[in-house]
Amino acid sequence: MRFQPVIGLEVHVQLNTQSKIFCGCSTRFGAEPNSNTCPVCLGLPGTLPVLNRRVVESAIMAGLATNCSIAHKSIFARKNYFYPDLPKGYQISQFEQPICEKGWLDIQLDGQPPKRIGITRIHMEEDAGKLVHGLGNGSGVDLNRAGTPLLEVVSEPDFRSADEAVAYLKQLHQIVTYLGICDGNMEEGSFRCDANVSVMPVGSATFGTRAEIKNVNSFKFVKAAIEYEINRQIDLIEDGGTVVQETRLFDPTTGTTRSMRGKEEAHDYRYFPDPDLVPLIISADWVEQTEKELPELPTIKRQRFITQFGLSEYDAEVLTASRSLANYFEETVAFAHNPKAAANWVMGEVTRALNDSGLTIDSCPVAPRRLADLLHLIDNGTISNNIAKKVFELMWQNDKEPAAIVEEQGMAQVSDSGAIEAAIDQILAANQGQVEEFRSGKDKVFGFFVGQVMKAMKGKANPAVVNELLLKKLKG
Amino acid sequence: MELHTLTIHQLHQQLKARKVSSLEATRALLTRIEATDSRINAFITVAADQALAAAEAADQRIANGDCQPLTGIPLALKDIFLTEGLRTTCASRMLEDFIAPYDATAWARLKSQDAVLLGKLNQDEFAMGSSSENSAFGPTRNPWDTERIPGGSSGGSAAAVAAQQAIATLGTDTGGSIRQPASHCGCVGLKPTYGRVSRYGVIAYASSLDQVGPVTRDVTDAALLLQAIAGHDPNDSTSVDQPVPDYRASLKNDVKGLRIGLPKEYFIEGLDPDVQASMDNAIAHLKSQGAAFVEVSLPHTGYAVACYYLIATAEASSNLARYEGVRFGHRAKDTQGLIEMMMQSRAEGFGAEVKRRIMLGTYALSSGYYDAYYLKAQKVRTLIQHDFNEAFKQVDILLTPVAPTPAFRIGEKTADPMQMYLSDIFTIPVNLAGICGISLPARPSSSGLPIGLQLIGRPFGEETILRAAYSFEQTTDWHRQKAAL
Amino acid sequence: MGQNKAPEKDYQTIMSITRTEIEHVARLARLTLNDDEQELFATQMSAILNYAESLNELDTDGILPTAHAVPVENAFRPDVAHASIGIDKALHNAPDRVETFFKVPPVIE
Repeated sequence: MRFQPVIGLEVHVQLNTQSKIFCGCSTRFGAEPNSNTCPVCLGLPGTLPVLNRRVVESAIMAGLATNCSIAHKSIFARKNYFYPDLPKGYQISQFEQPICEKGWLDIQLDGQPPKRIGITRIHMEEDAGKLVHGLGNGSGVDLNRAGTPLLEVVSEPDFRSADEAVAYLKQLHQIVTYLGICDGNMEEGSFRCDANVSVMPVGSATFGTRAEIKNVNSFKFVKAAIEYEINRQIDLIEDGGTVVQETRLFDPTTGTTRSMRGKEEAHDYRYFPDPDLVPLIISADWVEQTEKELPELPTIKRQRFITQFGLSEYDAEVLTASRSLANYFEETVAFAHNPKAAANWVMGEVTRALNDSGLTIDSCPVAPRRLADLLHLIDNGTISNNIAKKVFELMWQNDKEPAAIVEEQGMAQVSDSGAIEAAIDQILAANQGQVEEFRSGKDKVFGFFVGQVMKAMKGKANPAVVNELLLKKLKG
Repeated sequence: MELHTLTIHQLHQQLKARKVSSLEATRALLTRIEATDSRINAFITVAADQALAAAEAADQRIANGDCQPLTGIPLALKDIFLTEGLRTTCASRMLEDFIAPYDATAWARLKSQDAVLLGKLNQDEFAMGSSSENSAFGPTRNPWDTERIPGGSSGGSAAAVAAQQAIATLGTDTGGSIRQPASHCGCVGLKPTYGRVSRYGVIAYASSLDQVGPVTRDVTDAALLLQAIAGHDPNDSTSVDQPVPDYRASLKNDVKGLRIGLPKEYFIEGLDPDVQASMDNAIAHLKSQGAAFVEVSLPHTGYAVACYYLIATAEASSNLARYEGVRFGHRAKDTQGLIEMMMQSRAEGFGAEVKRRIMLGTYALSSGYYDAYYLKAQKVRTLIQHDFNEAFKQVDILLTPVAPTPAFRIGEKTADPMQMYLSDIFTIPVNLAGICGISLPARPSSSGLPIGLQLIGRPFGEETILRAAYSFEQTTDWHRQKAAL
Repeated sequence: MGQNKAPEKDYQTIMSITRTEIEHVARLARLTLNDDEQELFATQMSAILNYAESLNELDTDGILPTAHAVPVENAFRPDVAHASIGIDKALHNAPDRVETFFKVPPVIE
């Protein structure tokens, strides 16, 4: 019997608001335990939640970017269960009437047609705190994270492979970072994936029992976890066993999933509308206004780079990987008017230098304007491409205009044919043997002469002029 | 002059005119508390040192020429209000040693006028009860007859006013918990419209029903306290952003042409004869003052108690989930593991009535029962609210009894919870509809026990019920009677 | 209804909550109940819920539930971070602590 996997994804996107969803505590990561707390997020008696408007705005943006319908009326509900990291004994979330519904994203794997993945809903909720284990003879509760705003994005069970799941996650990750609502830092838990995995016989219409793999924090691990789980379930069924509906954790060190102890009892969350929060009414105007203010999304930007700048699909994809990189590229083009050169340099030298220095494009020491100036100097023949690379290195260390550097370092290209001819004559005179070889058909010797001329002129000869004159002289 | 017998407005006059100091008044009340509370048990915490210090600060402010309506007035609060730095127990073992880290908004507003806090008052635990017998600190006794209950859940608030231990107090009302004790203790008790006063810092029982209100010696005091605490609070999403009118200005002795509805479902056969007689007397009196009475119907009245006990317990079961011994409150010792720690802490921290309501509420929300119980009750609630809306098309306010009987004996209704629940029949519908209601002293029973009269107003109709209440009070003497302690 | 009489429902046990149900609900609510309490609550809750059955006399088809008695919408706060109350105040009432954590019995995940 052949099996087909069925996968659904729930992604928790941590919003990068200044303050928590229901109180004014800071959301700053890494603070001393329980230092970013107040009576509200501590769940002390008598406290009440008040909704952070920016969370709603972020949710609307996320919904628009994923083609969802934005609810006109949306309400919060209490999800009731007991756990030490859940101070109120309930999580404020959304159950009925979530803020966004019925969206989609199109993914495309290499060599495959595009596939539409349904997004069932997006809703707002608060994060729980953190439990730290092994503190003396107990566990410790840190409520700094309690109350951090989350968007939960729930997909339809439309995935049929781990690769499809990862493609979707990467796109969703790109969207939320493009929108500026999430910092996308998966190691710090800003983008967490839960995967619901089941298998069914090929051709069947009924889904099998699913297991939920919780909190996987990297694309690589998501792929590994899903693939492991698919195989585990298939093996189990083929051995005559049945898949149990349960929660599992992925262990990156062993590459396996294991059942979570202590969460066996089925939760009865007893959802009901939260009486401490009032209904959210989102007017058509509000949605329209938000739509106007949406930044250009990655897919659109990629297309535009292809049509407007004549870039290849590959180049467009690389340059739109992040909004910051795309902006850097576009600003450079605005000054340099040479998209191809700008693309090559941004994807080449700039990226290399950033990687070597461990910096991101946001902290690039060479401003787009300066890079554009450098490209001009190449364009107008002042320096060669090779020399430009050296100038760029110096620009990286000093905040100086490239023209100034070229001047100071005497790096200007020599295009004067007189000077070049003189050098060529000297080299040819000193290497009669190689001249004979070339004239008798050994073309490769040409490179030797170019190298010698360049060396004699300390690399500053205009390569095009050198080639032209050298060829003329060699041919006699 | 016996300072402890004064009202807010009387004491304010004395303070403003520098005839008396807040320190003197506060001392008088602390003395009164000491002399009487062993018999009443209205107070859980008496904050004598803090009160005297606050009185001095108030006197300083007055000396600087600034005397607000509540400046220097010694008050007490139901122990459901968080008061920073002071123990706040909600009459529960669960919070026996809990020190509040912030002030409830209603209290903060009074504190900003330099009102003086005498202490925290006894109540039914977590506001669940109608007799103040469900307290971990012993029952409060009715100053009119110490073998009887003062009412609940704000029993301490009413008893303290009746015993003249505080000039005025604040309580909370979820199903009648201000109005019913006020009725049993011969005071004025006002439940404002839902959302009129902030719930921030008030330990939650049933979030969609809870409201803060004054318990006072007369209607003028109720208006003054409401004035000081009412208004939008950004910390409470359910508080209403509507301007606060001048409640004092509504205190006119004039009910001419006022249309008062008498809901026939409230004037049932078999109503206690003393209560019936007291209502008849009040109706006749108001008629003589020029009010016009109309019989109205609130057809869904009979479903209000069932509706309330499903909604309130459901919300309470969720609101009380935070009490599990992790971050504050009682934690059981010698337990094995986390779940047992939580279960045992709650078992030890909560009294029987609280447990019962948590169980009921959990059940009503649980899988398979949500539609039949909680959701159904919320729909019936719509019908009840609609009844009032319809009635208010014909009349300006409604007049009803507050409780089916005068104060019963301590222990009389504790065996069967249903008995206790059914006695809230006249007050519960007001909370379900979210409208305002005031209880004020009417003709007492033949044995001299207080009986209150309830006036119910439309949403944000406090001015009208205050005016009617004021008129009744000014033209009768019932409110002048005092408990003989 | 419609009569001047309080509804005298016979709320003695028509339906009964079983001990198993009581145990289940107690666990959901994290309450330890002893045998006597379980039995007492079973009886009392049955009576109360029987009384609540009266709501089924009412046809509520098409009636919207009232979640909020007084209509308020869109209560927001701006996205501004305020100073927190500080670790000492946050932990002031803690039954047990370790470093700046609330301490609880070991949790196994």
